[in-house]
Order: sequence, then structure tokens, then C-alpha cells
Amino acid sequence: MSDIAIKVENLSKLYQLGEVGTGTISHDLNRWWAKVRGKEDPYTKVGRPNDRTKKGDSDFVWALKDINFEVKQGEVLGIIGRNGAGKSTLLKILSKITSPTTGRVYTKGKIASLLEVGTGFHPEMTGRENIYLNGAILGMRKWEIDKKFDEIVDFAGVEAYIDTPVKRYSSGMYVRLAFAVAAFLEPEILIVDEVLAVGDAEFQKKCLGRMKDVSVNDGRTVLFVSHQMGAIAKLCNKSLLIEKGTLKRFDKTGLIIEEYLSPSDGIKKEKNCYTVPEELAMQKSIYFKCIKTLNASGKIADSFGFDDSIILGVEVVAKRDIKNVILGIGLQDKYNVRVATFLRELTQLNSDDVQQDLWKIEVALPKGIIAPNAYNFTFALYIPYGFNFDQVESLFPVKIYDTGTDFSRYEGIDFGNVIVEAEWKLLP
Amino acid sequence: MNTGEKESGSAWTEVIEPRSSLFDWKLKEVWNYRDLLRMFVRRDLVATYKQTILGPLWFFIQPIFTTITFTIVFGNFAGISSDGQPRMVFYMAGLTLWNYFSECFTKASTVFTTNANIFGKVYFPRLIMPLTIVVSNLIKFAIQYLLFLVFYGYFIFKGNSSIQPNNYLLLTPLLLVLMAGISLGAGMIFSAMTTKYKDLTFLLTFGIQLLMYATPVIYPLASIPDQYKTYVLLNPLTAVIETFRYGYLGTGTFSWSALGYSTIFMILLLLSGITIFNRVERSFMDTV
Repeated sequence: MSDIAIKVENLSKLYQLGEVGTGTISHDLNRWWAKVRGKEDPYTKVGRPNDRTKKGDSDFVWALKDINFEVKQGEVLGIIGRNGAGKSTLLKILSKITSPTTGRVYTKGKIASLLEVGTGFHPEMTGRENIYLNGAILGMRKWEIDKKFDEIVDFAGVEAYIDTPVKRYSSGMYVRLAFAVAAFLEPEILIVDEVLAVGDAEFQKKCLGRMKDVSVNDGRTVLFVSHQMGAIAKLCNKSLLIEKGTLKRFDKTGLIIEEYLSPSDGIKKEKNCYTVPEELAMQKSIYFKCIKTLNASGKIADSFGFDDSIILGVEVVAKRDIKNVILGIGLQDKYNVRVATFLRELTQLNSDDVQQDLWKIEVALPKGIIAPNAYNFTFALYIPYGFNFDQVESLFPVKIYDTGTDFSRYEGIDFGNVIVEAEWKLLP
Repeated sequence: MNTGEKESGSAWTEVIEPRSSLFDWKLKEVWNYRDLLRMFVRRDLVATYKQTILGPLWFFIQPIFTTITFTIVFGNFAGISSDGQPRMVFYMAGLTLWNYFSECFTKASTVFTTNANIFGKVYFPRLIMPLTIVVSNLIKFAIQYLLFLVFYGYFIFKGNSSIQPNNYLLLTPLLLVLMAGISLGAGMIFSAMTTKYKDLTFLLTFGIQLLMYATPVIYPLASIPDQYKTYVLLNPLTAVIETFRYGYLGTGTFSWSALGYSTIFMILLLLSGITIFNRVERSFMDTV
């Protein structure tokens, strides 16, 4: 009980959509009148879930609804969700920028939040002055900054320019200085939003390292929001998945990332079977009519054992000559990074009848090599360096589950995308 | 459930809730952030100083020009009384404190909208911002005050017998605190409204100008017909300006009760200002 640093209870946040300021006086009066009569706020009742893709009839939306979770001290918690899912709202509430509509957050220790680096930097002031200003904004006392000053300058690598106005800095230097101040904050709880998206690769590595330090060595609690799954996977042991304002899952990071990246709505949900939309088919001369992922018994499936083969059933319609046309299949991992590519010229499959207009193709991927993890596929029909006829991108989420590999006891942890045997030898 | 709350209740250092107590002014937190206040003041100075060609010279030019304009328009053309004082000194005496008030008030009343960017990114006690305004403007006030003293000294040196300084000029710090408090309180109350209804800002600039004419800044209180005097005296700024002029020039009126009224007014205004400000601070990011 005592080692919990943050406890979030039934947290909800209601936002008003559209133009705030037209008719608000009347709303305010209505609200006040309801309150006087001891009734509930008339506007909270009509709230709908946070789904920006649909236009609702209500002007109010729950950006967050009934969020509950606890974070242990020294834990690095990742927060994952699509744009507009409510991540930023959650961070804003936790960092006291806005207040919740209902619910409570209990925290232990000083909180500092980095929703942006270099907040309050003034271009006319020197690097030195900005360090003090920014540090103070982030809640540091002057003597704390004095103590850390040299380290900050060193970390940012701007010794030579410390007394130059920051407007003369390159954007890289600016960001480095800004991050350096933040990196030397010493709160018990640190909230970080996507700030690593800036700066060069080397500096990013430095920042990630610094954040890891902060939690491992100093025992501080870190909440980290990012769209870079790699960074989350590296830093956080546990993560929250937020979807449409609700907490969808709170689990080990590996499992959360998998769930986040396996698309779950729209066309993708149709049992891993893609059929071309009618109006799209009309416009193309060669296109995918239908694509399915099948298991060994020929049934449509989206999860496969490590020992099973994934079979791709592809139907291509060709309304023109298919000479030189290549069917390309890309296998991507959960970070959308290409794992393998499979290519075949259509004419190689059937050199006799190139006038054929419906091609039913079956591709069996090798079994026992693609590691238990989450993947998706990209399909393309194209002529190399020429025309791209049709492309279906990042569809067909498939999951490979473990059927007893050496790694099975570490389930949920990412061991890469292929499992291959190595030769081991003990030298005398 | 109940026991759990009790058990943890003592250990949590902070609880974020939908609403906080109306009279929780968070003054202790403001004190913890006093270094930030200092840095903000410094930033304001650097910013004004570095961005203009003439730099701090503007601080002198502006009040001189206003004084000259007033001297010509109200003194020479309209022939409004200046209580037998040299016009320049009379207007300057009124304007020095008035300008401080109007600057602080206008700036404080838009504090949420002008700082929305920084408020949306990081938390610190928001009260720091209006406090910064009041402190930063002290520098500007000091320059105008100095300017006033120069002219004032010149006329005394010349042996102008109508100027009769007295002990009441020692009240200057109190007058300054009154002006700061009133502008801060009023500014914060208006800042709550300008976040929601932005058009109020225009009304405000206009309103402040009107208020100046409703305060004996460019005319002596004595020149007001008796039937209106009560209304002018209801204005808490009246006593402040009058006392200032009484102390330095020896003309005008002074009464402890009027000054006491202003002080009580200031305290009430300040307290309600802080209360309203803290209330808005919690939710304004959603409406701004």
C-alpha cells in the first residue's frame, strides 16, 4: 500500500465541443438554475463517449471516462493510445493544468511535468538566464539550479554559448538546452509527453538513458507518453492503453503494444479477409479482389502457432496484360518495420495463359521461424520502377503464439521477429 | 474501502480533485515559487529593454508626452483648474500613480489569455503571473516617479511658493501598495471574465479611460460640484490620488477615513480577486 506513488480513482473529464463562447451565458445561467434547484448539471447527462470519427448530437464529450489505475514508486509507466484517445487530457490532469470533472488523483511526492521542453524560454535572454527561468517554471528553487548548473550546461553541450541570447542558437542547441534543464529536475514523479520526438538521434539516446537512470537509480516514478513504441518498450515495464477516453488495458508493455498495434476497427475486423470496395475496383486495371489469411485447414484466422504455416489466399483481377507485374508481400512487425518481403512475377506462376483475368494464388509462409509476436502484411501489385497498380497496406494483423519455444516462459516480452538456431561451441 | 482511504489519507502529499475549497488561496505554494516570480520580473525587464531601439528611454518619453498633452489640452484649452499648482507638476503627480494602476489593471485582466500557452504546458501557482505584473510595473513606476521628482524639485528650487510638501508624503509606500492591491484585485476579477468573453478586453481599455475621468487625476477633487462629490468619493482611487497630491503639493484634501475606506476596499477586492482567480485557474484551459 505504501509504495504506491500515484493512485487514480474514477477519473473523468468532460469537454464541451465547438465554439465555447456562443451561448455560454445562457448555458451558464441554465447550469446555475439547475444548481439552485438542487438538480444535476443538465449538460453532463448528454455526454457521449470520446469518438471523434462520428459526429454526435451532443456538444459535450467525455475525453476521459472512469479511469482507474495505480502506479508503484520507481515504476516507469507507458501511456499508449491513438491521437485523441485522451492521453494528453490524462497528462494535463495529472500535471494540474486542468482539473478533472469527477474523480480523484492521489499522489505522493513532488510532481514535475514535461509536456513541452523549453516552456517559457525567452529568445532575448541568454542561455544562462533561460536555464534559471525554465528551471523556476518547472518548480526548481534557485539554489537547486545553482547546484545543477554545470551539469545542465555540460549535458546540453552549450558551454561556449551560455551567455549568448538563445535566439542565436541553432534549433538543435535550443532543444538540447531545454531538455537538459528538464533532465536535471528532481521530482519524485516525472510526467513526460513525447518530448523525445525532437533532437538528433544521439541526443535522443542520451535522453532515454537519462530517463532510465532517473527511475532505476533514483527510484523515481515516471509516466511516459509517446508514439514511438520502441522508446516505450525500452523504458516502461508496464503500460496503459487508452482508447476513446477509457482505460482499455493495463498490463505488461509488450502485451499492450501488441494490442495497440493490432488494428481492431473497420475493415480490419472482418476476420482477416479483405474484399475490394466496389468503387475502387472500377478504377483499377489490376487489383486485389480478395485477400485472406488462412490456417493449415483452410479457415480464415488471425492467430497462428509458431509451428504452423500462415497461408495467404490472394485473388487478383487483371483487366490488362500482366507482363512484368509483380505480386509483392511484405511482413511487418508491430512497429511497422519490415521483417521480410516475398516477391513473385505473376507470369512465373502461370506462363501458359497470361490472358487469364482472375488469379487465385496461395502463398504459404515458412513455419518455425517467425517468432511469437504481432505482425501485419502489406500487399502490392506493381511493375518495378514503373507503375503501382494496387496496394493494400498494413492490414491483416496476425499473431503468432508460442507453441513451446525456448522463450515461452518469458511470454509478453519481445524477443525479436525470428527464431533461428545458432551453433554453440565451448572452446577449450 | 473506508479504512483504505484513512490509511492512505496521511501518506498522500497531494490530492487532485474536481473542486478545491473556495478559500484555499495557496499562498504557501506561491511563496515556494518566489524564485519564479523573480525570474519572470527579470524576463519582463530584459524583454522590454532589448527589443526596442531606444530601450529604457521609452519609459521617460511616454509620461513626458502625456503630461505635455494634458497640460496643453486640459490646462490651456479647457482651462481646468490645477489648484494653483504648476500644471506640469500637478498632472504628473496625478498620472504617476494612475499610470501604475492602469498598466497593472489592464495587464492583469488579460493574464489568462496572454499566458494561455505557458499555462497549458506547465503547472505553477497561477497567482505568480499577476503578481509578476504588479512587481514588474514597479520599475516603470519608479522611473516615472523619478521624473516627477525631477520636475518637482525644479519648481521648488525655483521658489514656487504654491508647493508645500508635508509629512503626508511619507505615505507614498502605502499609496503604492493600495494601487497595487486594487489593480491586482480588479485585474484578477476581470481576468476571469475575459477568458470566457474575450470582447470584454475592448470594453476594459475604454472603461479604464472613463475611470480616469471619474477619478481626480487631471482635476482637483475640490473642483467637483458638491452633489457629485459623494460619487467621486465612493471611488477608492480618489483618496489615493488626492493623498499623494496632498503630501507633495500641499493642496487638495486628506482624510484618514477616506484612506481607510480605500484600504478596506483594497483588501476585500484583493481577497475576492484571488478567490475568483483560483477558481477560474482550475478550468480555464478548457474554455480559452
